[in-house]
Amino acid sequence: MVAAGLLLASATACTDDSGGGSAGGSVPGVTETEVIVGTHHPLTGRAAAGYSKIHAATKAYFDYVNANGGVDGRKITYKVMDDGYNPANTQQVVRQLVLQDKVFAILNGLGTPTHTGVLDFLNTNRVPDLFVASGSRTWNQPEKYPNTFGFNPDYTIEGKIIANYIKTSLPGRKVCVFGQNDDFGADGLKGVQAVLGSDGIVRSETYDVTNTNVAPAIGAFKSAGCQVTVSFTVPAFTALAMGTAAQIGFRTQWIVSNVGSDYPTLAGLLKTEGTPLLEGMLSPGYLPSIFQTDNPWIVLFSRLNQQYNGNAPLDGNVIYGFAVGYLFVQALKAAGPDPTREGIVAAVEKGGFTGPSVAPLRFSANDHSGYGGLQMAQVKGGKQLPFGPLYTTDDGTGPVQQSDAVVNPPPDNGIPS
Amino acid sequence: MKNLGVAAIAAALLLALTYVLDPFRDYQLATAAAYLCAVAGLTMLIGLNGQLSLGHGALMAFGAYPVALVQNAFANRGISSHWTLLIAVLTGVAVATVVGAVVGVAAARLHGPYLAGLTLVVAVAVPALATVFSGVFHGDQGLSVYLLPPPAALGPNFPFERWQAWLALAAAVLTVLLLANLHGSRFGRTLRAVRDDEVAARLAGIRVGRTRVLAFVVSAACAGLAGAMFAVLAQSVSPSAFTLTLSLNLLLAVVVGGLGSLAGAVWGSLLLVLLPWLVDTLTADLALSPDVRQRLAGNLPLALFGLLLVIVMIAAPGGVQGLLKGVLKHVPQGKAPPGGGRRRFAAGLRDRLHR
Repeated sequence: MVAAGLLLASATACTDDSGGGSAGGSVPGVTETEVIVGTHHPLTGRAAAGYSKIHAATKAYFDYVNANGGVDGRKITYKVMDDGYNPANTQQVVRQLVLQDKVFAILNGLGTPTHTGVLDFLNTNRVPDLFVASGSRTWNQPEKYPNTFGFNPDYTIEGKIIANYIKTSLPGRKVCVFGQNDDFGADGLKGVQAVLGSDGIVRSETYDVTNTNVAPAIGAFKSAGCQVTVSFTVPAFTALAMGTAAQIGFRTQWIVSNVGSDYPTLAGLLKTEGTPLLEGMLSPGYLPSIFQTDNPWIVLFSRLNQQYNGNAPLDGNVIYGFAVGYLFVQALKAAGPDPTREGIVAAVEKGGFTGPSVAPLRFSANDHSGYGGLQMAQVKGGKQLPFGPLYTTDDGTGPVQQSDAVVNPPPDNGIPS
Repeated sequence: MKNLGVAAIAAALLLALTYVLDPFRDYQLATAAAYLCAVAGLTMLIGLNGQLSLGHGALMAFGAYPVALVQNAFANRGISSHWTLLIAVLTGVAVATVVGAVVGVAAARLHGPYLAGLTLVVAVAVPALATVFSGVFHGDQGLSVYLLPPPAALGPNFPFERWQAWLALAAAVLTVLLLANLHGSRFGRTLRAVRDDEVAARLAGIRVGRTRVLAFVVSAACAGLAGAMFAVLAQSVSPSAFTLTLSLNLLLAVVVGGLGSLAGAVWGSLLLVLLPWLVDTLTADLALSPDVRQRLAGNLPLALFGLLLVIVMIAAPGGVQGLLKGVLKHVPQGKAPPGGGRRRFAAGLRDRLHR
């Protein structure tokens, strides 16, 4: 029972150094020379593969901006915490970022199960929760979570746009849906059903991330004679599904969700002998492909990747990380020379952002979801390249519409004005 | 009754402490308190009764999920009161206790590595239940836990983290009080008798099997309470929070703190919370090239954490509590016999685990 005394002694001992990183001014995380933003990403554990490259690219972009004078004279410090994709860890590290390190905002927190758990905490502390790295529709609840904004197109509009493509370009085929057994798969399936009708899908199967045996599901697709298989899968399971299909001789047209279809990532997982399986794979996208080597955004990001990111192997995750950094710098600039938490939320709601994406950002006072459109892409000759028009829609019963994919080139210095 | 007085003083001190600390420290304190519930129960099971369990992290899940289900069920029926949380936590403890009894009956017949093997199966299998019955448990994504803000009587600016700390500390003080009483009671002596020599215990009229099952049940109830507190702290439950890693972390806290000692359990629980945080703080400000930074991202804190533990175990094989005791004992007499502590610890561990 000495224990309680010891607890007291040791716990008080650690309050002494709690002041680290606190802001001098009245706005948390903002001083005359610095803006501190934080995030939680899986740097270790099973979700780390691929996703752990995102934060490094975002940080590299901030380093570039800082080297060019920062934003209104302030350097951006990006504090990245590893949560190992474990919601219990996310609780701990986000509290550390907000309460101890006093960050100005949480930027691009990654993962649906992980980030869902901290929404209430961030809301009660009025912390701007910008550009969450997930396509869940949870982030778009402006009345309940006025400070939270998404980034990815949500999985329902993705499902609708994929289904619309099937309806117009692959009519009369037997369509099956393979999905992760959570909001990701469920929202995606909902989108496909919204366009094709629930009887338009021959067979629907799910998988759990903790069980790598997808053979029963793929076998069921084979016996159902699926000609088109829509796959709401993370990269590891996209590769598993394709590999298993090849093993049992199941041929189908794969259409894979954006988050699970990055070609370099999949090629890395399937190794040299498996890479031919990716030929012909369709997938929707909203950021430029690394194979568009003449795209001015890819040129810019490749250069910055070389100079500030240790020349990490270029893939969709790296481009994603740079796009997040570019968007945040725009938002911070829009919040004015003396940014406040309310100010940046208002600035994001006002919208008007540009960037590398062909799709529009939907931000407004009553819409906090991220990108609102996608363009189909296909792997041909080992290159994943977009084709056709940009499609936009909503997450309800609204129609899927064609629009013009216009991307302005980046400013010459690569920093938004 | 002596323990009750100490517990009351400890509770008062801790209550005062939550006002001194900022909300983040309160949350860390709450996490350590939640760990303590499980670690204290486990150190009794391993240290006092000689049963090694690798499955207590999974038993915590049985305490946590009912909290989520009960709290959300109440909220869906429009009943929101602070009392529902008590019902939810008690349900969690009850479920964990029942599961503990089932595992305990099987475990009572096993010793050493076989017992470790059985409990390892529990640790590996239980998280998978969430995906098998994903209709109820919502698979890998888990459930969110509905929680009311702190009672209005505490004032409008009362930090939520302090409220969480109060709940977890109450659970921890209660657990340690009950276990301390158990420690000195007839039952405690029975536990030790069974640990030291089963045949002798049987000759003395002790029902060995029943004692072993009871010990497992008590520690399972503690793990259930810890799990319930985890649900309250994280406001969510998911299988990834109750993996084998958690079970191993609990065991680590028991060993590093000092096997069989409640004070050691406190040390171990604090280390589980403070060490990763400390390591992260130490490594955060290192200036590294982007290339090295990407290689080390997330891995450096883990490596340092492991290294620190190795150092602690070499420097203090009897755990932190053993080290403190040793320092207090040997200061007046001069130097300790070389390697004595280590040998004693090794013998003790062999005794406890391989019987």
